[in-house]
Amino acid sequence: MSLLKQCDVVVIGAGPAGMAAAARCAQAGLATLLLDEQQAPGGQIYRGITAPGIADRRVLGADYWHGESLAERLSQPSLAYCPRSTVWSLLAREGAGPGVRWELSVSHAGKTELLQARHVILATGAQERPFPIPGWTLPGVMTAGAAQILLKTSGLVPSGITVVAGAGPLLYLLVSQLAAAGARIERVLDVSAARPWQASPAAAWDFLRSPYLGKGLSIVRAARKAARFERGVTGLRITGTDAATGVSYRRGGRERHIEADTVLLHHGVVPNVNMARALGCEHVWDPLQRCFTVKRDAWGTTSVPGVAIAGDGAAIRGARAAELEGEIAALAAICRLGGMPATQRDAAAAPLRDALSRWTRGRAFLDALYRPTDENCIPAASTIVCRCEEITAQQVSEMAMQGATGPNQMKIFLRCGMGPCQGRLCGLTVTEIIARQRGATPEQTGYYRLRFPTKPVTLGELAAMPQTEASRYAVTRLPPTR
Amino acid sequence: MSKETFDVAVIGGGLVGLALAYGLGRLGNRVVILDEGDVAYRASRGNFGLVWVQGKGVGKSAYSNWTQRSARDWPQLAAMLRETAGIDVSLEQPGGFQVCLSDAEMQAKVDQMSTLMAQPGIDRYDYRICGADELRQTFPGLGPDVVGGSWSGLDGHVNALRLFRALLVAAQHYGARYVPNTPVSRIEQGDGQFALHTPAGVFRAGKTVLAAGIDNARLAPLMDMQVPVRPQRGQIIVMERMPRFMSHPIVTLRQTDEGTVLIGDSLEEVGRDDRVGSEILATLADRAVRIFPALASARVVRTWGALRVMSPDGFPIYAQSRSMPGAFAATCHSGVTLAAAHALHLAPHIHAGSLPESLSPFFMDRFDVQTRA
Amino acid sequence: MFKRALDEAGHRAPVAFFFDGTAMVAREGDSVAAALIANGIKAVRHTPAQGQPRAPYCMMGVCFDCLVTIDGAANQQACLVAVAPGMSVCTQARAMPLASASKGAQ
Repeated sequence: MSLLKQCDVVVIGAGPAGMAAAARCAQAGLATLLLDEQQAPGGQIYRGITAPGIADRRVLGADYWHGESLAERLSQPSLAYCPRSTVWSLLAREGAGPGVRWELSVSHAGKTELLQARHVILATGAQERPFPIPGWTLPGVMTAGAAQILLKTSGLVPSGITVVAGAGPLLYLLVSQLAAAGARIERVLDVSAARPWQASPAAAWDFLRSPYLGKGLSIVRAARKAARFERGVTGLRITGTDAATGVSYRRGGRERHIEADTVLLHHGVVPNVNMARALGCEHVWDPLQRCFTVKRDAWGTTSVPGVAIAGDGAAIRGARAAELEGEIAALAAICRLGGMPATQRDAAAAPLRDALSRWTRGRAFLDALYRPTDENCIPAASTIVCRCEEITAQQVSEMAMQGATGPNQMKIFLRCGMGPCQGRLCGLTVTEIIARQRGATPEQTGYYRLRFPTKPVTLGELAAMPQTEASRYAVTRLPPTR
Repeated sequence: MSKETFDVAVIGGGLVGLALAYGLGRLGNRVVILDEGDVAYRASRGNFGLVWVQGKGVGKSAYSNWTQRSARDWPQLAAMLRETAGIDVSLEQPGGFQVCLSDAEMQAKVDQMSTLMAQPGIDRYDYRICGADELRQTFPGLGPDVVGGSWSGLDGHVNALRLFRALLVAAQHYGARYVPNTPVSRIEQGDGQFALHTPAGVFRAGKTVLAAGIDNARLAPLMDMQVPVRPQRGQIIVMERMPRFMSHPIVTLRQTDEGTVLIGDSLEEVGRDDRVGSEILATLADRAVRIFPALASARVVRTWGALRVMSPDGFPIYAQSRSMPGAFAATCHSGVTLAAAHALHLAPHIHAGSLPESLSPFFMDRFDVQTRA
Repeated sequence: MFKRALDEAGHRAPVAFFFDGTAMVAREGDSVAAALIANGIKAVRHTPAQGQPRAPYCMMGVCFDCLVTIDGAANQQACLVAVAPGMSVCTQARAMPLASASKGAQ
């Protein structure tokens, strides 16, 4: 499998949005390159779909197996799918023909190649929302998504005393999947605030008419049968020094503690924004989901010409919506590159948009129901906020008081956000802490300024890339006065 | 609307502004620091952390001398900051190197240093042109492409991020008020006071010091000064942390006290564009790998593009207004190296109300030939 | 603590590898992180800033807590690399020495 040096469309990310976008583009005859850093397609929601670690199809549920149909569409002559390929830089170049060309640096097998594309569709997906609580960095603690990945690709389930803590619909899905696979979950600690009937009456009607109701209720039922749930949990913290030994929390006015050796945390998912930010795409704060989303039009086109985005990488709307957004972005790409007139594009998109509105209909209710609480977004003082550099919430808020008005000043003063994860696990928390301290909104406070490389690459890979006379001169000339 | 009146308003919260605010605060001035927001150009963020003397001042001996003075006084600044702010900025001055990868680079370095030492008015200092063997003794693991270099005992480096924080905390210790998100739109003078108009209201001060980096060019004429600076981009590569393998800094490659490795020094004239470009990063990376081949397998965590604040001749500008006494301006592109000079020597002059003749090599009238209408 | 599920797809071949010199067995298709977790490993490294123990957290390449040395190459994200027969995986203490690529495990 070799990387195409030149293509019409490059799709970054092989989750549902990426697979659908790439398949649709290739079907229309565009030279399409689908790049993904994982070993196999599926992203996170359909992780392991081509080589599952679990034989019994009932364990993971019917929704999961829908991913098979997407993966099958990848075998097309115009589609080159390249796993284990990390895009770490994307630069606009003035091309020979009309419009900007994109030059990608792609790291594969320890070597970086430069590729060119006329159009970019980002399908970079979501990540778990950072859930900073005391003790969250201890061995034995991982995200719910991590447990799902272990189940889907390796057939591994937690075997010791396992506690699941957090909020959000995926919590129920995880518990039902793990229980069906033979795990014993000791307790599920639900930290969400709202009671369902208070959450959002306006959105409730949409929810009742959405596909989420039926499947949602059955998953919730299965989960509640499998584990003991406790609601209204606050003050969550994980105990232990070298590894997790248990979970302490407050409920019903009492301090409680459960011994555990595995703690699974989940607090919703948020877009993984690093690539879009490094490209300079405009972002907008979503107060309901409490995260930044990518500003885009109805075709997924971002504020950067020639770059579209589809799926959870733009805003969290779930796997089926992601797939539809991928198809819609593909139609726009085909039209833009001259493969389809606008009228045909619009006609093809119409049924997709109908389906999309059905799949997004229930989300507002879910978003309101599971809106992250202040306590879970702005952690206690001693909690580590930046895992890479081990900076605490207290350090961040003190610096915010002393003058760091935004996350980039915070980086300079404390190094937080300067580790290898490039702010993925601390960015939202730091923005919220600063906003709270300074009486500003997260939108006003902003986010880390991110640049390429979006993933660390070796210096050797960088050194092997093309240089020019101009670049050599810019570096080697010795200015007479410095 | 602010009803407070300050002794000094410093426009700009970068390394120059903070060093001056700290120096003035120490002398008993009530200082307000007016700074921009979180996403501003902020040349200081792109600093390399060097306290560097070697090679500077070709064409202006006074610059070399001023730099040497700052390097010599840097330990005093570090000690003062440790005491006042409780922050150790990890100053290390073991001497520093330039490393050359070709005979042409070696020759250019030899010529540069001999020209410098022959300039009238220069305070000569010790330096040595080194062969490759000597460099290999100082730097185990040095690559075969290295042909030689130069050493000077005055050179060193510091944890510049901690310096930033230390200067701010120390200035605040002396009562300085730091007000972000206050770009200055209008400046008036009357009744022996300056009135600075910002979105947060009007700040009044007996003196104003303009240290706004690239914005100096726009703001200086508001106080009848000329500070003709332009942006000059530099790109930096930041590597992950490694156990200490460099005992001395190299001018284009240094290891911080935290173990990260910085690679830099490119110069581009691209206007207000602080993005990074792959070709320059490739050249920087290639040179670093030729200097230390083992770095090839280490990981780049981050890249920076930052805009240096560059005057027409590359030397600092220290200015005082002709028609509005009490208005000063200060700009340079070596805010780390000159932090001691700014805090300990320039600030007292501003406090006294005028810049001395000894600083005239840095006055703005040296550009009058160009600016005369 | 993790175990293989009852319904695990049994056709996946065993893969023998080494962790800090100790022989272990995983399954084809496991990432190195999954392989370590399956073998009961808790901490895979210690942090550079304060020497704290860390283990894989997100399993999807986002958290960078699963950094290990694989066949001499330092700072590999264990969750993104498939385990292979004979692979040598080593924990990392704080920051990796520069010459680790040539010298092999510490």
